[in-house]
Amino acid sequence: MSDEIDSLKTAGLSRRGFLKGLGVGSVATGLLSPVSLKDALAKEGGVVGPGEVSVLLKINGQSRKVDVEPRVTLLDALRNRLDLTGCKKVCDRGTCGACTVLVDGNPVYSCSMLAIDAEGREITTVEGIGTPEKMNAVQKAFVEHDAQQCGFCTPGFVVACTAFVRKHPNASLDEVRAGLGGNLCRCGTYAGMMLAAVDSAKGGA
Amino acid sequence: MAKVDWPAADKRALIGKRISRADGPVKATGAAKYSYDVNRPGLLYAKLVWSPYARAEVVSIDTGPAASMPGVKAVWKDDALIGKEVNYAGQILAAVAAQTEEMAVEAAQRIKVEYKPLEHQVRDDDPALSQGNPDKREDGNVDDALAKAEVVVNGHYSIPVITHCCLEPHGQVTEIRDGELYVWPSTQNVSGYADRSLAEATEIAQNKIHVDCQYMGGGFGSKFSVDKWGTIGAALSKQTGRPVKLMLDRDLELMIAGNRPSAHAAVKVGASKDGTLTAIDAEIWGTAGMGGTIPRDFPYVFTKIPNNRRVIKRIQAHRGSARAWRAPNHPQLCFLTMSALADTAAELKMDELDFFLKNLQFIDPKMNGGRAQEVYAEELKIAADLIGYKQKAHLRGDKNEGPIKRGLGMAIHTWGGQGHASECDVTISPDGSVEAKLGSQDLGTGARTCVGIVVAETLGLPLDSVKVEIGRNEYPKSGGSGGSTTIGGTSVSSRQAATAVLNELLAKVAPRLGVEPDALEARAGEIRVAADPSKKISWKEACAAIGVMPLTKRGVNTPADSVKAGLISQGVGGAQMADVAVDVETGIVTINELVAVQDCGLIIDLKTAESQVYGALIMGITSALFEEAVYDTKTGRMLNADMEFYRLSGIKDVGKLKVHMMTGPGYDDRGVIGLGEPPVISPAAAIANAVANAIGVRAPHLPLTPDRVIAALQKGGVAA
Repeated sequence: MSDEIDSLKTAGLSRRGFLKGLGVGSVATGLLSPVSLKDALAKEGGVVGPGEVSVLLKINGQSRKVDVEPRVTLLDALRNRLDLTGCKKVCDRGTCGACTVLVDGNPVYSCSMLAIDAEGREITTVEGIGTPEKMNAVQKAFVEHDAQQCGFCTPGFVVACTAFVRKHPNASLDEVRAGLGGNLCRCGTYAGMMLAAVDSAKGGA
Repeated sequence: MAKVDWPAADKRALIGKRISRADGPVKATGAAKYSYDVNRPGLLYAKLVWSPYARAEVVSIDTGPAASMPGVKAVWKDDALIGKEVNYAGQILAAVAAQTEEMAVEAAQRIKVEYKPLEHQVRDDDPALSQGNPDKREDGNVDDALAKAEVVVNGHYSIPVITHCCLEPHGQVTEIRDGELYVWPSTQNVSGYADRSLAEATEIAQNKIHVDCQYMGGGFGSKFSVDKWGTIGAALSKQTGRPVKLMLDRDLELMIAGNRPSAHAAVKVGASKDGTLTAIDAEIWGTAGMGGTIPRDFPYVFTKIPNNRRVIKRIQAHRGSARAWRAPNHPQLCFLTMSALADTAAELKMDELDFFLKNLQFIDPKMNGGRAQEVYAEELKIAADLIGYKQKAHLRGDKNEGPIKRGLGMAIHTWGGQGHASECDVTISPDGSVEAKLGSQDLGTGARTCVGIVVAETLGLPLDSVKVEIGRNEYPKSGGSGGSTTIGGTSVSSRQAATAVLNELLAKVAPRLGVEPDALEARAGEIRVAADPSKKISWKEACAAIGVMPLTKRGVNTPADSVKAGLISQGVGGAQMADVAVDVETGIVTINELVAVQDCGLIIDLKTAESQVYGALIMGITSALFEEAVYDTKTGRMLNADMEFYRLSGIKDVGKLKVHMMTGPGYDDRGVIGLGEPPVISPAAAIANAVANAIGVRAPHLPLTPDRVIAALQKGGVAA
């Protein structure tokens, strides 16, 4: 049995294996070879698709090429094509904020933005904000104040809160209540979140 | 020999302290991989086809147009339903697996199902819609007591169907490799997940099914079983030989993945003029959709009201089935009972707190560990102090001028919470490392952290020196996380296992320290002579003495034995008070403050325990003010199967929250008891009572949306 556990672990999430399986950066689906978004826009007089186009996304400081149909949201491109699963798919229609990422420093619901519209923008996901070993001030404060339970809404809140405290150093509790109003939690972690946001606003993120 | 018991208060290094959850950093950084996040090489995405009709005959299902689409790798349909009836909107009929999620969505839309729509019934508001014989129970003579009562108060209350709305939807990733099935489900039931339905769907033996759930995004009672989507996902993996991710879309999640039954009630209360209850009577009706039970154990907590009767009328409706929802049936029964009691106090022009205290005599003294009346009285008094009851309380109806009326309300609740059966292995290695393994799960409660705390406490080590492995069915079997049973179960099994390895270790190092093993203790990273702590060796040195191989011991929690041994018990209580402001011009209710006082035996981690209570208060606020599954009687469809109109509280909606845990003598010595359910029971009842206290009239139907508050005000109450 222990061999099986090991194989489950090692075969477990190897990002390289997953990306290879998907064929990111190459022809993914055996359909027509995708043209770049720029070429498609120039050639078709502004009409892109319905086939795949090649998009160059700047994510967490790195350039990532991804072939997507124009209908693919930034959220699905991040989660399904690039294995950046910190942003979560919850409501999938711009209500809950679980998919929040930063686009040019501003919090954006990635479920409500197309991947092709994100080309040329600076995208920061929760993975780009901090790591378990090196958390930013907001993440540290979320852990300290236990501003998370199941944790599924947490990355979205952390990204939104990071953007918020950068813009509102020394924010008051009332400002936090307004500033984090675009995200929802089901477990009910707002008590810790208010403390975490006020705390991290003092230090800046 | 170290014993399997809980350390005395002055000996606790970790237990009962405020400790941050061990998996906090991975969650806060997005590194935690939930079932929804599991991306396997060659992954396919599955989407479901479901009935848009609440009731219809399925004439045919044609998967052909989907199957021929590029990128589609497999289709599945439920042939058993052809010629049969579907009986709720959302019922699953077919599925498709495709190379991308977008292709799967499009392909699912091309599957053609022909229906013959049939008449449906989705209402739950009329007892005449119920089926079968009512379930009736009476103690004493209610009619007689009501006839003789000095005061009789009539009320009609209702609390609607709400959903679990787990942020991570139900679903799983399945993969078949070398003839074995690997499943990553979002589940509350790791050890018990791999049931026969998966074996039948894949023709793979149950003992060749590997379950892995490291992180899950909320369950609240709705995620115990494989479900139809689990067997479909596994069947699609079998068909294609590829991993398949099948997570419910949000609409389906809200329609079919569980809900909490509604409860409407006509209640009569009899009391004497001094405020003593003499009778209570309720006719209760509601729906659990196509399956499940509705609340029945009325009256709630005050079970010894001398003459009491309840008649239960269950309405089967063409809606998705109910599932256990955090503290099943208690919040509804609490709301019905506490509303009726508060209305009686108001009728008598008595202070609500005095009225509750006076009638605590009708609580079974055997409840909650045998001190129920006394503990409730203490908890109510603490809650009153915390909320400033004396300064703020007034009889029903805020007489102050202006449109904003303020009111206070209260409720009390009870829950069992006895630990479940659980096994745990603790291993110490010659290099000093420690690992605990058990097939449990962490729903966000802090379960993983608490196992680490118990093991670290037992071995005298810091928390970060214990590695806790949960979430796989290969590990020792531990119960599903339902009914607040996990903390009791896993605390005992992990304490036993850690004590067993410690005892073996002490026996090995005792000769070196020149004492009997009994004279030794594990404290502060050392094994030392209890009477002379200067005689000691470090934990690492001690572990080197175990030989070349790691040492593993298994702990087993057998609930009945652990109850006898005083390690765990059941029956807890709590009191909550709400302070609300109501704008009588707009009907908007604002929570000023909500206070929870809760007992739960010995607390393992005070920080995550308090988080459970804060979270419960917030869930309770949501159900009091916002939540309702709204069904359209014409189409039989849920109208708000999304998160825009199925509203959850946001951070600005929750007001000030205060949590007070009852700890110390009289509580700690009851052993470990679960906490997940109890604090979610009272909030809606307390808030509804506070609103009535503010506006001078009962707004009897939850959620207390502005229209309902205005409707109540039109029948009376205070003026702006």
